[in-house]
Amino acid sequence: MDAAVRELSYAQAIQEAMAIAMDMDERVFLMGEDIGVYGGAFQVTGDLVERYGTDRVIDTPISELGGAGVAVGAAVTGMRPIFEFQFSDFATLGMEQIVNQAAKMRFMLGGEVSVPLVMRFPAGSGTGAAAQHSQSLEAWLGHVPGLKVIQPATPHDAKGMLLAAVADPDPVMIFEHKLLYKMKGHVPEGHYTVPIGKAEIRRQGRDLTIVATSIMVQKALDAAATLEGEGIDIEVVDLRTIRPIDRQTVIDSVKKTSRLLCVYEAVKTLGIGAEVSALVAESEAFDYLDAPIVRLGGAETPIPYNPDLEKATVPQVPDIIAAARDLVKGVR
Amino acid sequence: MAGASKAVVDSRANLPFVYRQYSPEQLRQVLHKMYLIRRFEEGAEECYMRGLIHGTMHLSIGQEASAMGICMPLAEDDQITSTHRGHGHCIAKGAEVSRMFAEFFGKTTGYCKGRGGSMHIADVAKGNLGANGIVAGGIPIAVGAALSSKMMKTGKVVVSFFGDGANNEGAFHEALNMAAIWKLPVIFVCENNGYGMSTSTARSTAVKNIAERAAAYSMPGVIVNGNIFSEVAEASFKAVERARAGEGPTLIESKTYRHRGHSKSDRNRYRTKEEIEDWMANRDPITLFENELRDFGFIDEQGIEAIRDAVAKEIADGIEFAKASPAPEIATLENYVYTEHA
Ligand SMILES: Cc1ncc(C[n+]2csc(CCOP(=O)(O)OP(=O)(O)O)c2C)c(N)n1
Ligand SMILES: [Mg+2]
Repeated sequence: MDAAVRELSYAQAIQEAMAIAMDMDERVFLMGEDIGVYGGAFQVTGDLVERYGTDRVIDTPISELGGAGVAVGAAVTGMRPIFEFQFSDFATLGMEQIVNQAAKMRFMLGGEVSVPLVMRFPAGSGTGAAAQHSQSLEAWLGHVPGLKVIQPATPHDAKGMLLAAVADPDPVMIFEHKLLYKMKGHVPEGHYTVPIGKAEIRRQGRDLTIVATSIMVQKALDAAATLEGEGIDIEVVDLRTIRPIDRQTVIDSVKKTSRLLCVYEAVKTLGIGAEVSALVAESEAFDYLDAPIVRLGGAETPIPYNPDLEKATVPQVPDIIAAARDLVKGVR
Repeated sequence: MAGASKAVVDSRANLPFVYRQYSPEQLRQVLHKMYLIRRFEEGAEECYMRGLIHGTMHLSIGQEASAMGICMPLAEDDQITSTHRGHGHCIAKGAEVSRMFAEFFGKTTGYCKGRGGSMHIADVAKGNLGANGIVAGGIPIAVGAALSSKMMKTGKVVVSFFGDGANNEGAFHEALNMAAIWKLPVIFVCENNGYGMSTSTARSTAVKNIAERAAAYSMPGVIVNGNIFSEVAEASFKAVERARAGEGPTLIESKTYRHRGHSKSDRNRYRTKEEIEDWMANRDPITLFENELRDFGFIDEQGIEAIRDAVAKEIADGIEFAKASPAPEIATLENYVYTEHA
C-alpha cells in the first residue's frame, strides 16, 4: 500500500501509537478495564494483549480510583503507564488521584519527581448511552495546573499526539470522542509526533473564525463547506489542546477575520468557549472584533437517552451554519 | 390450586423453604414473573436488533431467580437500588413492562420519561430507586436510604443489588462499613455471574467468594445458588427479618450466570461456548423452578401454558403501548434538571 495515502480509523491510529510506544520503550505499558482479551470497550486496544502479553496489557478490576493511583505510582517510579478509563465519565471516580496527586506531585515535592503518565478518556454523546456514559468533562481537567489536556480531532493527530504524550514527562489527559473512533483518515506509518499545545488551522478563511474542539472540528468544516456556497468564507481552528492553550493561533486568526464563534460539545457554561472568548477579549484581537463573540455549546442538561433529545443537546451542523451566518451577516 | 394433588400439598413440610412459606398461587405468580422478565428482555433485544431501540442494554437472562428470590420477602414500600443489569430487579419489584418498554423507546410514558433508558430504569413508586450506569454507584445510596428508614422510623428495608465486579470499587467497601457501624436495615446482594464484563472474579477479586468480604465488616455473609429460587428467597427472608429487627445488614452472594454477552457489543471472547451452553441447558433458573413446581404438584402443563400465553400477550401489549406513546418535545430538553417551582 502507498504509505502516503494509507488510511486508518481513529481507533486504529491510537492502537498503532500504543504499539509503537511499547516497541520503542519497554517501560511503556497499558492498564485499564477489559483492555485485554475483550480488546477495550471501544476496541481501541484490540489484540494488543496477544502481541504484548498480559504483563504489559493489564486488565484491572473495576477500581478506577485505585487503578488511577497505581498508574500514578508506577509513573513516579520509572514506568510509563497508559491508563484507559473505560468511559470518560468514570474519571469522576479517579478524580482524587488525577487532581490531587498526579497533577500536583511534582510541584509539591519541589520538582524532585515527574509523573510521566498518559490517561485516555473515551468521551462524548451520540451513542444513546444516556447521562452517565456520554459526558464531556475535559474542561474539569483543563482547570487543573499540572495536567496537560488534549482532544485530537483526526486519526493523524490521535496517533501523533498520543506519541507526544508518551514522550512527555508530565501527565497528559487525552479525550477521545467516541463517535470519532470509526472516522478514517490518513495516518503516516512509523513514529511521529504532533506537538501538545499547538492548534491547527484546518481551513483558511476571511469572514469568521470558528474555534472548535474534537468532533466539532469536522462539524465546523461541514458547516464551512455549506456556507462557502453562500459566499461566506470561514476559518476553522482546531484547538487540539485545551491546556496549555495555543493563544497566539486563536488571536492571529481573529485579527484576520474579526469574528469569533466557539463550538464545543461540553456544557456551554464555564466551558472551553468561555476561556477562548476571554483570551480573545483580553488580547489585542479585541479591537479587531466586528461582532460580539458567540459560543455554541451543549445545553444546560445531562445527556438524555431519547435520541432526538440527545441530538438537540449538543451543537449540530445546522446550528453552526445558522450561528455563523448570523454572525457574518451582522444579525447578532 | 389447579393441578396440585392434595396428598402432595399436604406433605409440604418436607419441601424447600418457599413451598412451605408461600401459597401455591403466590408461587405460580413467581413463575409468571420470571417468564415476564425473560420475555421482556427477549422482546427488548428483538426491538433493539430491529432498530426500534437505540443505545445499548445489559440483559439479565439467566439471572431471573435471583431478582425474584431477593424481592420475594420485600414489602411494596421496601426499596431497592439496582444496576445496569436491572430489568429483572425492576419487574421483580413490581414495575409494569409497558412503561419499561416505553422508556426503552424513549417515550414520555416511560418510567423516566424517555430521559433514562435501559441503564436508568426505575420505578420510584414501587420502591425501585433506579438502575445505575456506575458500577457500585447504587450501593452507598442504598445505605443512605436505610439511614432514612432508621431516622424516619419507617420500618423500610433496603436492598442493594450489584454485580461481582462492583465488589472491587471503594464505594462498596465504604458503604458496607457504614451500614455495619450504624446497624442499618440494608441487604447487600451481590449477583455473582462470574464476570465483570470480560474479567472473571478469579482475575479480579482476591477472595474466592465475595461473601467472605462480609467478615471484614462484621456482618453475615451468605452464599446461595442464585439459580434456585427457593434458596435465594430463603436467604433474603432471613436477611429481611434481621434488618427489620434492627440487627443490621447482611451480604448475600447469589451465584448465577448471564446467558447473553455483557452488552450488545460483546463477542464473548473471554468464555467458552461450552460454558455458556452448559448453564443454559442444565441450570436455567426458570426451567429449574418450573420443574420443581410441576414435580411438587403446584402446577400442571396446562397451567404453565396459560402463564406463557398470558406473558406473551403482556409483552405484545407493552410493545404496542410503547410504540403508540408520544415522544418528548424538544422544547422540554432542560426539564427535570432542577426541581420545578410551581
Ligand atoms: C465505575 C464504572 N466502571 C466501569 C463501568 C463499565 N462497566 C459497566 S458494567 C461493567 C461490568 C460490571 O460487572 P459486574 O459488577 O459483575 O456486573 P454484571 O455486568 O456482571 O452484571 C463495567 C466494567 C461502569 N459502568 N462504571
Ligand atoms: Mg458480573
